[in-house]
Amino acid sequence: MPSLSDALKSQVGRKFLTGITGLLLVFFIIFHLMGNLAIFGDPNAMNEYSKFLHGFGPLLWVARIGLLIALILHAWIGISIWWNKKKARPQKYKVYSSKGGPSKQSLSSRSMAFTGVVLLVFLVIHIQTFALGDTETITIAGEQYHDLKTLVINTFANSALYTFGYTIVMILLGTHLGHGIWSAFVSLTMRSKKTSAIVYSAGAILAVVLAIGFLFIPLYIYFGGGCEAALISCN
Amino acid sequence: MADLMTIHLKVWRQKNANDSGRFEDYTLDEVNEHMSFLEMLDVLNEKLMMDDVEPIEFDYDCREGICGSCNLVINGRAHGPKHKTAVCQLHMRNYNDGDTIVIEPPRAASFPVIKDLVVDRSAFDRIIEAGGYVSVKTGSAPEANLIPIAQDTVNESFDFATCIGCGACVAACPNSSASLFTGAKLGHLNMLPQGQPEREKRTIAMVEQMEKEGFGDCSNHAECEAVCPVGISIAAIAEMRKDYLKAVI
Repeated sequence: MPSLSDALKSQVGRKFLTGITGLLLVFFIIFHLMGNLAIFGDPNAMNEYSKFLHGFGPLLWVARIGLLIALILHAWIGISIWWNKKKARPQKYKVYSSKGGPSKQSLSSRSMAFTGVVLLVFLVIHIQTFALGDTETITIAGEQYHDLKTLVINTFANSALYTFGYTIVMILLGTHLGHGIWSAFVSLTMRSKKTSAIVYSAGAILAVVLAIGFLFIPLYIYFGGGCEAALISCN
Repeated sequence: MADLMTIHLKVWRQKNANDSGRFEDYTLDEVNEHMSFLEMLDVLNEKLMMDDVEPIEFDYDCREGICGSCNLVINGRAHGPKHKTAVCQLHMRNYNDGDTIVIEPPRAASFPVIKDLVVDRSAFDRIIEAGGYVSVKTGSAPEANLIPIAQDTVNESFDFATCIGCGACVAACPNSSASLFTGAKLGHLNMLPQGQPEREKRTIAMVEQMEKEGFGDCSNHAECEAVCPVGISIAAIAEMRKDYLKAVI
């Protein structure tokens, strides 16, 4: 009988961990998008949302550290799966193609490692820009806020590189989730003949919705939709 | 009157396990559309022998799709273009006059090439040896209907039991995973009452052996199901994961 840690290091255990951490990150992404969409709400809605989150104090850090652990595990196992794949087939086929039919092989499924690594690099830049970026303190109706909204608008309004880079990465996020959401359910043994097709389609649709939701914001701001909404003048 | 075709072949030739191997080009005229793929290779081998060239080694036995001996990767697809069809059941009517066909052995570190298109699939045997058996009472055979089993369970178990161990799942998997094979071999025993005494031990042993053999991880591409000549579903993999997690927790 293997120990629990040995079991989690096995091929089945690794996929289970990948699935559970992946779904956790998907839940985070959904909530993150809901927060981001506050930019289209009341003039100060985004800053209020930011303040609401910071109001959780230490609990926010617990969530952040939890997400970070999930992310590191997810990435580490994903890279190890890619590495094992290289070892398991040292000589590639001259010709290779999917047989179709029940196969779920796609650009999305075959590029998981690549899209995952790009997302990881992006995340570092993203946190550096927004979570650790300089925000001005503003006072509205006697309440003090960190003006995150203006930082977001200035970042995208003034940088084609950031806007279009972000757009490309969000397309890659959609690609990653297109296979990833369904795959997580299968890895967590939550697969049945009746629901498999529905889960796959729902996962793919959710991936597209999330990608469009995220990339709409920078494009909207860059093409002039955001400047007038900034609480401080757009630079 | 059957149509005759000219077929161009690119075949992997490898003298032995230590040879680096290469592709050789052959052209075969007057290929009958009713020939099976293996008959076409037989005809090619006859031609090669007439030309004093060493014939191409390829695995086969029953030639009726039930033994799992034949497993070639044809134009990048394990067992060729047709679903639920082993190479021996693939016919040349699926190809057209003038087609070029690339034939390779299944490629996986766990299936080392012995010669040409023949690979050593004994890794599969070792996975089965690790736990693919049930304890039985010796002596006279029991009454056939002594243990009642639900029809659905019988059907699903039998579906898994149809695995012929050809290795197409490994050949086609982008990660060279043997999860479908291991899952099927586990599933057909784990679902039945006769398989219960060793259920946990069997699952752990076979999953561990699969990993020891150097097969890759399953990334849920489901390509294995698409190439399986008997159409085993990736439900087998889900069951294997469920059983393994239950066994270790």
